[in-house]
Amino acid sequence: MESYGAVMRLTRALEGARGILNLHPAYASVLVDFDPRLRTHEQMEALVRECLGMPETAPAEEARTIEIPVRYGGEFGPDLEDIARHTGFTAERVVELFGAAEYLVYFVGFSTCFPYLGGLPPELATPRLSAPRKHVPEGSVAIGGAQAGVYPLASPGGWRLLGRTPLRLFDPQGSPPPLLRMGDHVRFVAEPLAGWQKERRA
Amino acid sequence: MSSIRVVSPGFLTTVQDLGRFGWAHFGVSASGAADPLALRAGNLLVGNADNAAALEMTLTGGEFEFERAATIALTGSDFSTDLPLWTAVEVKAGQTVRCGPSRSGARCYLCVRGSIGVPKAMGSASVHLMTGVGGRALRKGDILPIGNEAVRRPRPCSAVPPFPAAGPLRVTDGPQAAWFAGELYQAEYAISEESNRMGLRLRGPSIPSPAGHMLTEGVPLGAVQVPPDGQPIVLFVEHQTTGGYPKPANVISADFWRLGQLRPRDQVRFERIAMECALELMQAQEKWLHGI
Repeated sequence: MESYGAVMRLTRALEGARGILNLHPAYASVLVDFDPRLRTHEQMEALVRECLGMPETAPAEEARTIEIPVRYGGEFGPDLEDIARHTGFTAERVVELFGAAEYLVYFVGFSTCFPYLGGLPPELATPRLSAPRKHVPEGSVAIGGAQAGVYPLASPGGWRLLGRTPLRLFDPQGSPPPLLRMGDHVRFVAEPLAGWQKERRA
Repeated sequence: MSSIRVVSPGFLTTVQDLGRFGWAHFGVSASGAADPLALRAGNLLVGNADNAAALEMTLTGGEFEFERAATIALTGSDFSTDLPLWTAVEVKAGQTVRCGPSRSGARCYLCVRGSIGVPKAMGSASVHLMTGVGGRALRKGDILPIGNEAVRRPRPCSAVPPFPAAGPLRVTDGPQAAWFAGELYQAEYAISEESNRMGLRLRGPSIPSPAGHMLTEGVPLGAVQVPPDGQPIVLFVEHQTTGGYPKPANVISADFWRLGQLRPRDQVRFERIAMECALELMQAQEKWLHGI
């Protein structure tokens, strides 16, 4: 958590700095992609050290809590029963524990707006599939080891799927920014099936 | 506003500029021209800013009809066209520019004076095929507006890059270089058919998986990563933004354009160089571009 606080501070401090093309925050690192025509490696290193040495200040904006509705199990969460078997709980208890936790968006990355969520109850940790699925549907809510995540777009993936959300985390035709940002808090709220399919098609 | 009609799109043609920056922390990589040197040179020849949007053709080119007279430049690989490459060319109203199968590398650029005038998405006209950001690949019958964003007169010269496409790909050490014993530099690797704008998959002698424990971290363009099967992948313009495979090396900026010209079954070798050399090679390229 300590190194993660530094990741967040550094990312915020470097945002918009001259010569920086992209920032890739992760669990314990920030990859700084910069234009060496505008800043030398030495200058960039000095800037990063300066930002790391800055005193902790209150974040510019309040941390947001975003509720993500989820339909669990069945075709939406084909691995729910496996997660239950692995953890020794009933499927109902897995859903209850998963929904009772509050998650933190550590960072967003992978392939398009994939939120890496910390805060999964340790007793729900389940190893990834030995062979990844070729097709994980958009909106799948998943557990990968001790992490939780949501697949923003259909893609291949090896995490265990326990449900699906109709919320769109990212719309390539829509205007940014995407739904989840680094530092957001997330809660998963169980949702009944009625009306869900319709909304998804809309 | 004048326009271009896509008579045939070829194998895979997209609109590309130099890419979409500032979105990696949302998991969206830059995309952009696979051969940035060819795109920049072509734009400079027709009097555009070097990052103007142009057409990127892949392996087999298309046919494009110009509604009105225009100034264009074809750069990159020779796609069996009867027009000269690496020089500004006038096309007449109604003329169709015909490109065909490549006679050299993987990509050819059609740069148009004034830029391809498509709307920008998140600050760039580049198509990101994997996510759909910026649109899609061109189809027969698409009409592309030509913008009026030229910044100077077309150049009267031709400008063939003096940088050789042959020879080993130059790399600097990646963040986990110390986990490897230099296996990457001991063999030749073939570009797999499964390669795309996300990554160039290499086939060759397997590199043993190092024992170190990786925490997911940011990954850049040109990173050479080694997954558990030991077959390296070079992350390309539509790369993922974070990953958990160790990276022995990173292709230098001055050789990014060569990645864009590699075709399936091409053979590559890697050569490790110092960061200072990598910077000098990049500066030499910048100097040549400034001279156009």
